[in-house]
Amino acid sequence: MRANSDDAGYAVSLCRIVLLAVIGILLCVAVVEHPQDRLVAQLVSYHRVLVLLGQHLSIVASASALAILTAVPAGVLLTRPRFRAWTPRLIGLARIGQAVPGLAVIALSVGLLGVGTMTAILAMGLCSLLPILNNTLTGINAVDPALLAAAHGMGVAPRHVLTRVELPLALAMIMAGIRSAVTINIGAAVLAAFVGGGGLGELIITGNTISRVQVMVLGAALPMLMALAADAVFDMIDHGMKL
Amino acid sequence: MIRFENVSKWYPGGVADAVDNLSLFINEGEICVLVGSSGCGKTTTMKMINKLIEPSSGTIYLDGQNIETLDTLTLRLNIGYIIQEIGLFPHMTVAENVATIPVELGWKPLRIKARVEELLDLVDLDPRLFGRKKPRELNASQKLRVGIARALAANPMIMLMDEPFGALDPVARTRMQDEFLTIHQKIHKTIVLVTHDIDEAIRMGDRIAVMRNGRVLQFDTPREILSHPADPFVSELIGDRKALKLMNLISCAQLMHDVSEFRQTWNRDFKAGGTLPGASTIGMQATAQDALAEMFRTGERFLFVEDDSHQVQGVIELDDLFKSVSQGDDARKQ
Repeated sequence: MRANSDDAGYAVSLCRIVLLAVIGILLCVAVVEHPQDRLVAQLVSYHRVLVLLGQHLSIVASASALAILTAVPAGVLLTRPRFRAWTPRLIGLARIGQAVPGLAVIALSVGLLGVGTMTAILAMGLCSLLPILNNTLTGINAVDPALLAAAHGMGVAPRHVLTRVELPLALAMIMAGIRSAVTINIGAAVLAAFVGGGGLGELIITGNTISRVQVMVLGAALPMLMALAADAVFDMIDHGMKL
Repeated sequence: MIRFENVSKWYPGGVADAVDNLSLFINEGEICVLVGSSGCGKTTTMKMINKLIEPSSGTIYLDGQNIETLDTLTLRLNIGYIIQEIGLFPHMTVAENVATIPVELGWKPLRIKARVEELLDLVDLDPRLFGRKKPRELNASQKLRVGIARALAANPMIMLMDEPFGALDPVARTRMQDEFLTIHQKIHKTIVLVTHDIDEAIRMGDRIAVMRNGRVLQFDTPREILSHPADPFVSELIGDRKALKLMNLISCAQLMHDVSEFRQTWNRDFKAGGTLPGASTIGMQATAQDALAEMFRTGERFLFVEDDSHQVQGVIELDDLFKSVSQGDDARKQ
């Protein structure tokens, strides 16, 4: 029964992704094939949209990978017995950190690192690190101490207690953190264009400069559709994990 | 098997020692119960055996070896450990839980599979039915069974059990205690069991260490403790109905005497088998308490004792029951 309902959930998520992709393609077709005027026709082409889309995806992927690769190990390290007493305070700190606006971090980074794609990626990685760190700490911290007592007492090596007990039990929580980090990054990557990092934000800037709503809507809608599609992808991963 | 030599444990800032100069010798194959109220040091004592707690002074020997010289993980892998919460891993199936230590030891999958099935059979869980279940699908007794199987997986010499029956309701508790004793008959491990329940200690223990304030007040067989409590606190812990509890430890086989004597004193019509017509009988394994209940039920002052094939082996009279507890062991020894 459960496997069946998960299979159904899997199919629904897949349909959502296909539907979102179709909407995105139709939007592009509408703007490219029926430009408002010659200016729009000059500035927006299939090629340009694809290049910006690719840039956007690679910025999101790099920033997310950066965040995951620093936050998960950091979370694991900060929950080891040596730091365990600090864990609740660190969780509080990570939550406060999440309230800092992404735009502010990106703007500050420009001051330090200059303009460019790397600046955008580093700033976004820094912002999206916090939800993952928060969830890794919370997830590992929530593992029932009795389980750890049993595992240690039976002679399971500490590193195996981590890999066989703590991480599998915290995985759902860590994945939820990664999910919100990726969603944040898809939206924040629009800002990369403002620091010369490229991405779909370029369309918004272009649309704004030439005052063509058509172009701005395309630049705003594509990241939104991407965020929804990412959400569906994570649903699929969730279903996969439960099987 | 396990020897404590002047072992003490104190914590910085603690008023009194958690464990105070404890010396104890636990024999191979016996069930040693550490009993006492909370804070008496029983759990601390047990956790020092698998090095979950380091003694502040003194030495613990395992098979003659000072445990400080042994590698902590190797030592723990050779000691089965069951905590009150059992602590089954919720993300693993029953089979995976039981396989925890074999996997840790790097056994081959086929060997692990065979061992898991053998163990689930031992604790009376059908491997095909339970192997794939998750712990959340089990009731408290089934969880305990899996916990026992998991602790036994690598065939440890010793098992440490911290209030293992604590989560069970009274009916299930008595049943699991009996079943565990049956399992123990098959596996013959040295077992250290911690409990605050003196009745459980009497039921399960070959020897009982009554602890208070980090000291062992008395370390003896349940029968000695019931008949000769060494200390007012021990008496108080045993509580009321001491004689009845003692009767629970004496089997009818120990109490019965020859039918021929009985026949002469009573001079009544005996059947060929040796019993009186309509007289009640009881098994050899039954306890003196069972015999007493049976006499009160029938209103007779005697009872015949039968073996498994219903052959009369002897007779018990009400006086035998009186003597068995009112003077304890002394009367029978003389």
